[in-house]
Amino acid sequence: MLSQLPVLPVLLPLIGAPACALLRRPTLAWVFACLVAVLAFLCTVSLFTTTWQEGVQTYALGGWPSPWGIEYRIDLLNALVLLVVSGIGAAILLASRASVWQEIGETRRGLFYVACLLCLAGLLGIAATGDAFNLFVFLEISSLSTYALVAMGPDRRALLAAYNYLIMGTIGATFILIGIGFLYMLTGTLSMADLGERLPAMGESRTAFAAYAFIVVGVCLKLALFPLHLWLPGAYTRAPSIVTVFLAATSTKVALYVLIRFTYSVFHLEFSQLAQALDTVFIALGVIAVFAGSLVAIFEADLKRGLAYSSVAQIGFMVIGLGIGTVEGLQASLIHLFNHALMKGALFLALAAFILRVGSSNFSSLRGIGRRMPLATAAFVLAGISLIGIPGTAGFISKWYLVLAAAAQQQWILLGLILAGSLLTAVYIWRFVETAYAEPEGDSVIQRNEAPLGMLLVIVLLALLNLYFGFDSRLPVETAGGAAQALLGGDAS
Amino acid sequence: MDVFSYFNYWVVVVLMMLGFFIVIARGNLVKKLIGLNIFQTSVFILYISIGNVSGGAAPILEEGVALYSNPLPHVLILTAIVVGIATTAVGLALVVRIHAAYDSVEESEILAQDEPC
Amino acid sequence: MSLSSLVFASLSVAPLAIIGICLSGSRPNLREAVSILASAILITLNLVLLGQLPDGAVTTWHSGEMLPGLRLELAVEPLGILFAIIASTLWLVTVVYAIGYMRSHEEQNQTRFYAFFALSIGCVMGIAFAGNLLTLFLFYELLTLSTWPLVVHAGTDKARQGGGVYLGLLLGTSVLFFLPAIFLTWWTAGTVTFTPGGVFNADTNPVVLSVLLVLFVFGVGKAAMMPFHRWLPAAMVAPTPVSALLHAVAVVKAGVFSILKIGVYIFGLEQLSAAESREWLLYLAGFSLLAASIVAMRQDNLKARLAYSTVSQLAYVSLGVLLAVPAGVTGGGLQIAMHAFGKITLFFCAGAILVASHKTRVSELSGLGRQMPFTMGAFLLASLSIVGLPPTGGTWSKFYLMLGTLEAGALLLAAALILSSLLNIVYLTLIPVRAFWRFDGRDVPASRADIQEAPLACCLAIGFTATCCVMLFLFPGPLLTLISRIPGAGG
Repeated sequence: MLSQLPVLPVLLPLIGAPACALLRRPTLAWVFACLVAVLAFLCTVSLFTTTWQEGVQTYALGGWPSPWGIEYRIDLLNALVLLVVSGIGAAILLASRASVWQEIGETRRGLFYVACLLCLAGLLGIAATGDAFNLFVFLEISSLSTYALVAMGPDRRALLAAYNYLIMGTIGATFILIGIGFLYMLTGTLSMADLGERLPAMGESRTAFAAYAFIVVGVCLKLALFPLHLWLPGAYTRAPSIVTVFLAATSTKVALYVLIRFTYSVFHLEFSQLAQALDTVFIALGVIAVFAGSLVAIFEADLKRGLAYSSVAQIGFMVIGLGIGTVEGLQASLIHLFNHALMKGALFLALAAFILRVGSSNFSSLRGIGRRMPLATAAFVLAGISLIGIPGTAGFISKWYLVLAAAAQQQWILLGLILAGSLLTAVYIWRFVETAYAEPEGDSVIQRNEAPLGMLLVIVLLALLNLYFGFDSRLPVETAGGAAQALLGGDAS
Repeated sequence: MDVFSYFNYWVVVVLMMLGFFIVIARGNLVKKLIGLNIFQTSVFILYISIGNVSGGAAPILEEGVALYSNPLPHVLILTAIVVGIATTAVGLALVVRIHAAYDSVEESEILAQDEPC
Repeated sequence: MSLSSLVFASLSVAPLAIIGICLSGSRPNLREAVSILASAILITLNLVLLGQLPDGAVTTWHSGEMLPGLRLELAVEPLGILFAIIASTLWLVTVVYAIGYMRSHEEQNQTRFYAFFALSIGCVMGIAFAGNLLTLFLFYELLTLSTWPLVVHAGTDKARQGGGVYLGLLLGTSVLFFLPAIFLTWWTAGTVTFTPGGVFNADTNPVVLSVLLVLFVFGVGKAAMMPFHRWLPAAMVAPTPVSALLHAVAVVKAGVFSILKIGVYIFGLEQLSAAESREWLLYLAGFSLLAASIVAMRQDNLKARLAYSTVSQLAYVSLGVLLAVPAGVTGGGLQIAMHAFGKITLFFCAGAILVASHKTRVSELSGLGRQMPFTMGAFLLASLSIVGLPPTGGTWSKFYLMLGTLEAGALLLAAALILSSLLNIVYLTLIPVRAFWRFDGRDVPASRADIQEAPLACCLAIGFTATCCVMLFLFPGPLLTLISRIPGAGG
């Protein structure tokens, strides 16, 4: 059993999806999907602890050893991403019922969960595999199911958003495919560990640079890094609320993982002359993303869309950490990856609850929501405070390490920009607080109408986790530190 | 000539640019998908070209043949073709739904029906 | 009880009170009784703490490390106790006052009002007992957030606008300046714990110290140092009891208290005097206290005038710390106490006038002394305390501050202090004087029938705080003893 552990989190939802399609009743499908997701989560927890204690775990699919067969290779970085994705995924599926039942027609509910499981399988696959081509395949599995999920959104504009996402996503994936092709041309191998050993020996090769350029552009499309973020606001806004939670909390995280994996494990960019130029590009794009995303979020009339732009901004923070290019920077980036999943998970899930009860995510219709749904609103505010990075919340830890990394490099201007960016976050979070606790318009009497219990529990749990990891940050900090060390230090952990 | 000895790669580049251009420039949703297909196909050709070993035979074990083409890229591209078909299928399904909802497949006409999305 | 359990008890009074207030929301009498009981318990606890006060700063509790070298800490030291006692005493008084005010003014949502009131006091206790910068910052932000609902209590557009400025400036300065300052402190000194004598080594780069000092002084936006003072007038849209407690006592005092604490326990007077930006900031403080006085003179709205007067008076405390001499610190500490009692009396009076005669403008107050002799009398006493004249407590703080400027050889600042006091007389003391002695055509001899005072609860509160102003003049001994135990205030 234990020797199969690296592959189980991927296998469970992958096999679960078609099985789920056989179930006739939507409720059954939901229960089954939850069961699968929770099982996958338990596997990743076990995998995480094993990796933490014993170091890298490998699994050769079909018994074919590494350079020839597909190998699943779990180091701390993989384990962390797997943990985040499967944990948040399971939590969201558990909370999804009421919202899905409201937004999605009866005949499609079962299929909705099939697509969810497929998407989960794809994302977990990306995070687990050690093979570049296999990564592409999983990327497409998750993307295709995401397109379908987005298209299930409650109004017809979801279709167009899904279509646009499909076009851009496919271009991105094809770019990655081209990059992988170049790598294979150059080295004759697809195993990422093997690539990582062979590429530096090739010296400064143009093919390698071209490959890297294609891969970076492709991944950044998936990551929605400014200015390749155009699909994100539409897709996040129009998708069913639950799908938005799922995408925001997991999908961009996985894309960031791919970017980090290719930059540091495959290309070993830290040794290349190109590295410095690229770092500047990443930092510049990250900073622009932070400011552009936050500014749009501030003036957005729709909260869901505002939060989508906020995601663009937060991705900017993660990319800044990556761009700083030191162990600390990478660590900050990974910590923020972890924490942001918790924040955005809580924020979007609370928003899903608002939409469930109010029917819209417009600021004007959210007036007085603090009285109708006090607990969900409180959770939203708590997660929002974490997003700003006020001490005592998880967000503070990420910002602290990011600032630390900038200070260690004497990048004082960058440090100032990071702080100013956090301040912008405060503006749009506060806009919500003001609306939520404002007096309702007119003489409408507000009934207390909390979210359904299952949903509420998950929302509160996620919000409290934001608090918990603000005080006891060992898990993300040490894991991210170990992973960053392993990526940059070269020594296998 | 050196330049022409790599003609299949030139084909790849031309096809890729053509496909890309169609995706960006065309407003018709179906045409965009066709452009996307051409774009993907060019990558398939790239992979197939990689696998070719000059003078190599088809990778089937046979008496008296020492040099084989590399079968792995071909296998890979089979997978990629499947992915491409799936993408096209999902895309076309979306277009059908869009047509049902908006009664048009022209991007400009669709956008005119909704306030900015 | 041990020190640490006393501190915990002191911190947990407010949360418990909130629960009680919310539970008894439908029965106003019980609800207010809960508030009063809680504040009485809090005062007792703080006095017991005062009795057991150890020397220096004693850490009573700390959490696990959140980040390397960073954790939550609670500590007991003289300055914190002083602040805690002032805040808890005035909480009690304000609740009594609020009972009269809120009921006769028929305010909405009174339960929410009392609950957030208690929460704010809880945050103030946290600030008072904070053992390091991070803890201080945490409670500081929490205080900003928990007072916001009080500021926008009226729910009108104007209130919301004022609340926006309030939050924007306070959160903005704290995130932009305060947080980086904490980071820089930790970066330079490796610790952010409040330590008598300061945390920096003797060989710390003076440029870093200068930068830090500027960041701290502007970062603690609650100290209302110009040019970041706009939030204070903006927050005057709040109901009067809120303005009284929060913007004359809790919030603004949390600001200057933080500055005092940072000056004494993070920099230490020696390192403070080494920072070159200190001199520049001193003159900014001097400018701030004069400019605010001048602006105050031109305000016709009574509460706005009091707000600008507060801006001016807060600059006294900052100035005291920045002098970096023992007399300055003593003066700053005294000023926190004296100004608290003086200004809260003034705000109470403003509220009483609003309730009894519905007047908010200074120009309407002439001759009001006939109707409200008691209120106006208290106003006179309190304004004397703000100016710094006997027989009120303000005399002592102004005296020590004066002494501090002379000790530091800053004659220009001494002149500024005197000038500001003169201005204070013009814009504060003249109000009650005109109310009593201005004779115009409408003036009639006083008769008992004209007297129309605010509700009894209001008058009780006003009487108490005004008496305190006088008592602090007559018996400043205990206060001085406490302040002399602050490291750097030097006995």
